[in-house]
Amino acid sequence: MRRLDTLAWLLGSLMAASAALVVTWAQAATGTPAAGADGWSPDERAVLASLGLNRLPPVPIDPSNAVERLPAAVELGRRLFGDARFSRNGEVSCASCHDPRKQFQDGVQVGRGVGTGSRRSMPIVGAGHSPWLFWDGRKDSLWAQALGPLEDAVEHASNRTRLVQLVAANHRRDYEAVFGALPPLAGLPRDAGPHGDAAERAAWAAMDARQRDQVSRVFANMGKAIAAYEKSLRHEPSRLDRYVEAVVTGRAAQGILQAQELRGLRLFIGKAQCVTCHNGPLLSDRQFHNTGVPPRDPARPDRGRAQATAKVRSDEFNCLGPYSDASPDRCQELRFMVSDDPSLEGAFKTPGLRGVAQRAPYMHAGQFAALEQVVRHYVAAPPAAVGRSELMRRGAGGRAAGHDARTPIELTDAEVADLVSFLGTLGAEQAPTPAAP
Amino acid sequence: MNRFLSTTLTLVAIAATAGCMSAPPNLDLSLTRPTVDHRFVVTLQPPATPPALNQLHAWQVRLASAEGAPIAHARIRVDGGMPQHGHGLPTRPQVTQELADGTYLIEGMKFSMTGWWEIRLAIDSAEGADKVSFNTVVTEPGARR
Repeated sequence: MRRLDTLAWLLGSLMAASAALVVTWAQAATGTPAAGADGWSPDERAVLASLGLNRLPPVPIDPSNAVERLPAAVELGRRLFGDARFSRNGEVSCASCHDPRKQFQDGVQVGRGVGTGSRRSMPIVGAGHSPWLFWDGRKDSLWAQALGPLEDAVEHASNRTRLVQLVAANHRRDYEAVFGALPPLAGLPRDAGPHGDAAERAAWAAMDARQRDQVSRVFANMGKAIAAYEKSLRHEPSRLDRYVEAVVTGRAAQGILQAQELRGLRLFIGKAQCVTCHNGPLLSDRQFHNTGVPPRDPARPDRGRAQATAKVRSDEFNCLGPYSDASPDRCQELRFMVSDDPSLEGAFKTPGLRGVAQRAPYMHAGQFAALEQVVRHYVAAPPAAVGRSELMRRGAGGRAAGHDARTPIELTDAEVADLVSFLGTLGAEQAPTPAAP
Repeated sequence: MNRFLSTTLTLVAIAATAGCMSAPPNLDLSLTRPTVDHRFVVTLQPPATPPALNQLHAWQVRLASAEGAPIAHARIRVDGGMPQHGHGLPTRPQVTQELADGTYLIEGMKFSMTGWWEIRLAIDSAEGADKVSFNTVVTEPGARR
C-alpha cells in the first residue's frame, strides 16, 4: 500500500511537471509578448475581452414562456415579485430573499422565508442566461424556478388554490391583460395543492382534473410573469469592464485598476485557475462542479446536481410539460441533459461573480463569511464530503476526480490578498437597474 | 505535414487563452479518421457557422467502410469532454436522425468553455463495432477545427 502511495505521488509530480512544460511550450509558441497596456500578451487580452459585459449576448429567448417580452407581463411580474400577501404569514415576498437593494439576494447564509431554508439565496440579474436554475439546476426555466418557493413549506408556504384566489382578488386586471380571463374559481377549496400538508393534498386530489389543470395554468402564468420581470433586469458595467475595454481598444488603462487589483486579475486568469470555471461575461460556465465545499450539515451532506436531474425531468412545469409554450423540439437542454455522470455527485452550479464582494456570505449554503476564506478553500482543496472534489490537492499524490492535468492552486498569502482585491472590481459602478417592486 | 503542423500550432496558440491551459502540441485535429480497429472511416462535419460558447448546435457524421462505402443503420453513441479539465461534455448529445445513407445528425452538442475538447463516437452496426475519437479546439467566439 505504502509503495502504491509513493508511486501515485511520483506519477502526480510527473504530471504536474509535464503540465508545467506544456504551459512553457505554449508561451514559447506564442512568442514572449510584452506589448500593450500593462504588458498583457495577445492571448491574455483575448481572455480579458471575453470577460467584458459588452460580450454578453442578448439573453436567450425562452420558447417555453410566450409572454416574457410583453411589457405588461414585466409589470405584472414586478408586482407579483414584491407582493407579500402570497405568503402564508403575509410577510414574505420574492423580494424578501431577493432584495433589489442588495443585488436581489439577502446577505444571509440560507434563505429565510416563513421558515429557514437549506441553501443560499441566489442573485437574479443574468439568471436568464443559465439553462438550469437553482444551485442544483432542478428547474429548466426562470418561470418554473419562480414557482418553487411559492409552494415551498419554508419559503412562501402557500398552495396552488390559495395563490390563484389571491391573484384574482389582487391582480385580476393586470393578469387578464396578459393571459386572458381567469377561470371560474367559485367552489375551489381555499387551501389545496400537490405539495402542501396532508389536508391540502387531499383537497387537491378531490378536485376534478379540469379544475386542477386550470389552477395549475394560472399558477404557471404567475411564474411566467415573474420571469418576464426578472429577465428585464440588466447588469451595469463594473470597473473591470471599463479596464477591459480600455485594454482591448488600446486606450489609456492607467489608474482604472490599482496595482494590487491588477496583480489579482493576472492571477485570476492565470495560475489561480479561477477563469477555468468563472469564464465569460457573467464569470460562470453555468455548469455543475464539486469543489469539496464543506457541507452545512455534515450528517446530511447535500448531493446537489446528482439529485436534481430526476426532479427537473419529472417536473410538470418543465419545457416539455403541459404548461410550457415550447414545441418539444425546442426543449434541447432537457432532451440532451447529462444525468448519469458521477461528477454530478455533490456538484453545484458555478455562481457568477459580478458584484461578488458585496454578496457575502459565499457558497451554496453561505459556508464562508469572507472572500479570503473562499480563495483559501481553493488552495486547501479539502476532499469532498460527498462525491469527489475536482480540485487537485497539493502533495496529495493521487488524482482529483479524473483531472489528469489540472494542477493544485498554490498561492502565497500576498497572492490571496491580491485576488480578493481584484474581486472587488467586479461590482457595478452605478446603481443597478432601478427595480424596486 | 509541415503545413498541418503549423496549422495545429496556430490553433494551439489560440487555445492557450483557455484558462491559460494550452492543448498539447501534437494534437491531431483532422476531421476524417479511421476507427481504432480500422473497421470504418468517420468524417465529422461541424456547423458551417461556428457556434457561440454555451450554444446548442448540431454536427453531422459520415460513416463509411474502410473501402469508402456508406454504412447505413448504425447506432452511434456520442461522448466526450475536456481531457485537461477532467470533465465530460456539458450535454449528452445524441444521433437523432440518419439524413442519408451513412450520414447521421448529432444534436445536443455544446461547448461551455474554450480549449481542447474530445469528441468520442462508439459505433455499432451490422458490419461490426468500433470506436473513434476526434479533437477540436474551441476558441472565442466559436468552435474551429
